[in-house]
Amino acid sequence: MNRRDFFKKAITSGIAAGAFLAFPKVNRFWRTPSNAASLPYDLVAVRGGEPDIMFDAAINALGGMGTFVPRGSRVLVKPNIGWDVPPERAGNTHPALVGAIVAQCLDAGASKVSVFDHTCDNWRRCYKNSGIDAAVKKAGGKMISGDSEGYYKTVTVPSGLRLQEAKVHQALLDADVFINVPILKHHSSTMLTIGMKNLMGVVWDRWYWHRNDLHQCIADFASFRKPDLTVVDAYNVMKRNGPRGVSVNDVVSMQAQVISRDPVAADAAATKLFGMEPEDIRHIKIASQMNLGQINLEHLAINRIKL
Amino acid sequence: MNPRVLKPLRLCFALAFFMGTALIFLDIWDTGARLLADKLLVLQFVPSLLKFMNHAALGATGFMVVLGLTLIFGRIYCSAICPLGIFQDVISRVFSKKRAPAGKKTKSPAFKYSPPRNILRYGIFLATLLFFAAGTTLMLNLLDPFSSFGRMMTHLFHPVVIFLNNLSVSLAETLGNHALFRVRLPAAAPLSLGIALASVMLIGWMSARHGRLYCNTLCPVGTLLGLVSKFSIVRVGIHTGACRSCGACRRVCKAGCIDVKTKQVDVSRCVTCFNCLSACPDQAIVYGSRFRKNLPRPSHKKTAQNRRNFMLTLAAGSLGIAAGGVNATPNSPPIQARPTTIAENKTCPLSPPGSRGIKRYTSICTACHLCVSACPSGLLTPSVSAFGLSSMMQPRMDFNRGHCNFDCTVCSNICPSGAILPLTIAQKQQTQVGVAKFIKENCVVYTDNTNCGACSEHCPTKAVTMVPYINAAGRNLVIPKMNEAICVGCGGCEHACPTRPYKAIYVDGNLVHRTAEKPQEKKLEQETSQDFPF
Repeated sequence: MNRRDFFKKAITSGIAAGAFLAFPKVNRFWRTPSNAASLPYDLVAVRGGEPDIMFDAAINALGGMGTFVPRGSRVLVKPNIGWDVPPERAGNTHPALVGAIVAQCLDAGASKVSVFDHTCDNWRRCYKNSGIDAAVKKAGGKMISGDSEGYYKTVTVPSGLRLQEAKVHQALLDADVFINVPILKHHSSTMLTIGMKNLMGVVWDRWYWHRNDLHQCIADFASFRKPDLTVVDAYNVMKRNGPRGVSVNDVVSMQAQVISRDPVAADAAATKLFGMEPEDIRHIKIASQMNLGQINLEHLAINRIKL
Repeated sequence: MNPRVLKPLRLCFALAFFMGTALIFLDIWDTGARLLADKLLVLQFVPSLLKFMNHAALGATGFMVVLGLTLIFGRIYCSAICPLGIFQDVISRVFSKKRAPAGKKTKSPAFKYSPPRNILRYGIFLATLLFFAAGTTLMLNLLDPFSSFGRMMTHLFHPVVIFLNNLSVSLAETLGNHALFRVRLPAAAPLSLGIALASVMLIGWMSARHGRLYCNTLCPVGTLLGLVSKFSIVRVGIHTGACRSCGACRRVCKAGCIDVKTKQVDVSRCVTCFNCLSACPDQAIVYGSRFRKNLPRPSHKKTAQNRRNFMLTLAAGSLGIAAGGVNATPNSPPIQARPTTIAENKTCPLSPPGSRGIKRYTSICTACHLCVSACPSGLLTPSVSAFGLSSMMQPRMDFNRGHCNFDCTVCSNICPSGAILPLTIAQKQQTQVGVAKFIKENCVVYTDNTNCGACSEHCPTKAVTMVPYINAAGRNLVIPKMNEAICVGCGGCEHACPTRPYKAIYVDGNLVHRTAEKPQEKKLEQETSQDFPF
């Protein structure tokens, strides 16, 4: 199914694209199915289970994966696979969670589920040793490379203050549905890395962000393509020496997960889980000021599930 | 054994060695072929010899096997094992059709007998030996057939394979297939590319026109094995009684070592390809023990003549070296000094982990560039003058293209010469090839009052940590701080540092590698709360 077919289908099934109105210039990237507007909760937080079990519980609370993944759509799942470390080091998103998401997308009728990250360490070692390569393939998804500039296309970031251009992976530009699956971690430069920071992995020229006010660039890029769903993995959490970590000694077991279609809210809730205040993480604050989402959790309908 | 099966047998071995060796260099997809590298390359003469000379304990006895083989069977190495030799045969064959007279159905090239060029080959051999003894491996590295082949693969064929791969990937992607992946081209290395190109042209021309001329004039391994094969037990010879001097053997002899007039085979130049055995209509060419009576032995006069030539060349060569001795002094490795300016002050280049130190590394590495092809991060780059000109082309660590992966030991486990010794992952993780140096005045945090921390992000040991930084903007900023004791010099920080043209953090090499301390931190207390803080 190509993009046009998708539009036709979407229109015939009576979808009113309310979300498109918010950002007219980038509305082609805001193709959240309209029934998402009537989600039962703004945010679901789960504790006390395995990553895949918690995800199944959370997505059911939001009405199932079909709410986010229309039949026949192309899905991009973007975990954090930045480092050549095994799952217990919590440097990358938990493979069981990524596998569960891929499986749910395919069950919902996705035509194709792609997974990639522009890694920091050697990409093939990262894919393999994170366990994500095996989990995705087992679930029926496709691991694609992000390791060559040829995969990336230059796009403009209309609402960007410092970041107005970026080279973005073609897989994101082609995706009908974009699911961001970060892991909650300590981070040496941005204090925490959660959802919006994880989006650095879909661009090629990352060094530019570091050079030009990192926090502002992270918030700027969050305005480019809002993920249709953010799933924060907080099963094992690296509390210090992030984002790579030095040993398993840096990791605590938190057995938590946050999912939301609001990227700012997801990051804010995860920040609180970590034990910090969202306002103290500058890119979350800037993103809230840019109206990219809700930083104040008191304004949200939250479903808290304990397994 | 039927003498005519020897050639097909040689061909099978040659193809297996050639394809295997080429695959090890060209495996851009990392299929695992390189796991066989140590077994396949163990017989490569120069790397094995160097490995033995420096680390006899490693059991690098491949060159002994080759010497033994030569002593018994002649120069088997040159025909069946040496990838450059087989490469020349391929070229010879391709050009043979052009050389064959029109209308005449000759499958093989028409070679001629040529007298040995003893002064040239012994002179070059001696010069190589003396340069090596004087501490510079440059001449050996330029002439060693395995290393020369490796450089051709790495700099000429490897990029072509990547180009073709990427071309087919884009084709496959337009058809919706994402199973293949693009591969990044390695950093350009003009000097090594030029030398590889020059070698391929020179050797290609020599082999297209004169068969194995390179092996019998320029190649020091060929010359040495030629000397040894003078004593070989089993050798190619002409059964003078059966030979009608038809010249069929001479026409297929790529070494040009069969003199039909005198019915003599110059065994020192014979590469035991066995083409002549298959070509001879009368089976007058035999491959057998020289102690059997019906085989003609070289006349004493001729041997004496050869010996005289050899001695003469030795003397002449020594004189030449003595005269050139002043210029032949190898460049001493660079000495470390204290950085003094904001520009990166790299006082010492970086040799790969496992090489133990620059002096040791540069005295062994043959610049075959297998590590350059194999490095998954593509950071091993042929040097130009970093280690001194006499060590040119020996790979150094260059963090422009990537950083040394903390858990990766590929180069140390693949190096055929032992210039990079095998490391376990645990050893590698404490091998300090260099130490990162921070230039605060170049740092984004200092110049722009914004957070960056790319260096600390990439640091696998947290030798670079971020500490609170009081700044004019009044922001909660953090700035890098170095703990050199636990730094391994992997270059993650330097690679990631976004400042240009000078980095705010860079790795200065260790002249002799050290052992980094292990980062120690206590286990965090596990949380027991299962509540939601919101």
